[in-house]
Amino acid sequence: MTADLILFFGLAAVAIGAALGMLLSKNAVYSALFLILNFATVAVFFLLLGAPFIAMAQVAVYAGAIMVLFLFVIMLLGAEQLLTSHKSGWQRPIAILLTLVLLVESIYLIFGRGRLLSQVAPVASDYASPEAIGELLFSRYLLPFEVTSILLLVAMVGVIVLIKKPKANN
Amino acid sequence: MQIETALLIEWVVKSTILIFALLTGFAYTTFYERRLLALIQVRIGPNRTGPFGFLQPAADGLKLIFKEELIPANAYKFVFILAPILTVIPALIIMAVVPWGGAIELFGRQIALGLTDINVAILYLLSVASISVYGIVLAGWSSDNKYAMMGGLRSSAQMLSYELSLGLAFVVPILLAGSMSLNQIIEAQRGVWFIFYQPIAALVFYIAMLAEVNRAPFDMPEAEQELTAGYHTEYSGMKFSLFFMGEYMKMIAVSAIFATLFLGGYRGPFVDTYPLLGPLYLFLKVFLSLGLMIWIRATLPRLRYDRLMAFGWKILLPLSILNVFVTAVIIVVFGL
Repeated sequence: MTADLILFFGLAAVAIGAALGMLLSKNAVYSALFLILNFATVAVFFLLLGAPFIAMAQVAVYAGAIMVLFLFVIMLLGAEQLLTSHKSGWQRPIAILLTLVLLVESIYLIFGRGRLLSQVAPVASDYASPEAIGELLFSRYLLPFEVTSILLLVAMVGVIVLIKKPKANN
Repeated sequence: MQIETALLIEWVVKSTILIFALLTGFAYTTFYERRLLALIQVRIGPNRTGPFGFLQPAADGLKLIFKEELIPANAYKFVFILAPILTVIPALIIMAVVPWGGAIELFGRQIALGLTDINVAILYLLSVASISVYGIVLAGWSSDNKYAMMGGLRSSAQMLSYELSLGLAFVVPILLAGSMSLNQIIEAQRGVWFIFYQPIAALVFYIAMLAEVNRAPFDMPEAEQELTAGYHTEYSGMKFSLFFMGEYMKMIAVSAIFATLFLGGYRGPFVDTYPLLGPLYLFLKVFLSLGLMIWIRATLPRLRYDRLMAFGWKILLPLSILNVFVTAVIIVVFGL
């Protein structure tokens, strides 16, 4: 149990450090790298919770595919350096307000209803196994699953239509 | 506590064996490649260092250690040093889920030949493969060199494109075996190897894996004529050899994965009675697959970049989607 706790707090420190690093670093490539580190630690959290499928999906999809695309775009555009005189006028008060709401919510969840969290039943040993997830996706969550896939398809078609050059009339 | 200590020792010993096997394999794959290329091109190849040139890899290693290390003045130093490390680590850890044999009896304990057997092994392979692109991309970006940058960008585009076909080719053995565990996929090939059931999936997998490890004819990221040396143009000494090491260890790893998914893994005649034959059979299959890779390099010219992308997206991907679809329908209809 203590080994688990040490691992948890060590990883939590890394995750928070990586998140802060992502926000504060001036170079967009370093921000992307910090975000990858953050995703990797979150994947280890999933492993600690006994959900290897979600952990592997997290690494393959987020840390792998999506962040490679981010890096690709940053490098292709040469957009590593942020402009230092970037003013975010109206965004700042809204950001502070939203952060406060989130903070109050978290504190309420952790301390106000703390006993509720500890009463959660222990999960089954095959929780989040590939078979279980596949079974649920194609039975109970079939409609959301299909709707999501169609949404993604529409987004892809949209992108292709947007970048397609209009045919020259000759 | 006794059992825990024994397990810990077992894992440490197995990991050490795996790392030594990969490093030795890396050294001798370079030798194998040079000798086989020479044979195909009617030359002799390196045969002066030791008997039959067997000490050539050691001589190469010594030479590289004594080379001067250069870091370009405008390079992003931290990332520049990080990139070769990020290339080697995925190549080292990807073999962790590939079994090398059945179980043997040693010191009164049942010991499985293979590091771990997890039920998401295929996803593990895919996630490690998707991470291995970072080393190359970051090397290209941090070098502050246009050739290196172009090499890095090309390689990331190439690996992303072919990863899709690779992932779909992974789906077919999962469908046939009904499991994502590599041990169960090997068990399912007890009678007939999957390459005979699924020659198209095996072909797609082999092509996509050549692209994934940047081997000829897909070695665009380091096309010498256009990009000098691509992403590792600015690297020298041991940092260069780390990239080299990553590439050759990845060749070994993908060959082992190919053997596991389509060639019956460690299975062969008499492997059930003598489990120690397992690693030998796996070695033979990897050896043949590496030979095929080298043969392809010696035979086929490099593809042009736009054709490479067109081939990946317009031929390989539809083919693998169709193959997965047909396989799934057949399994459902005939209840295999």
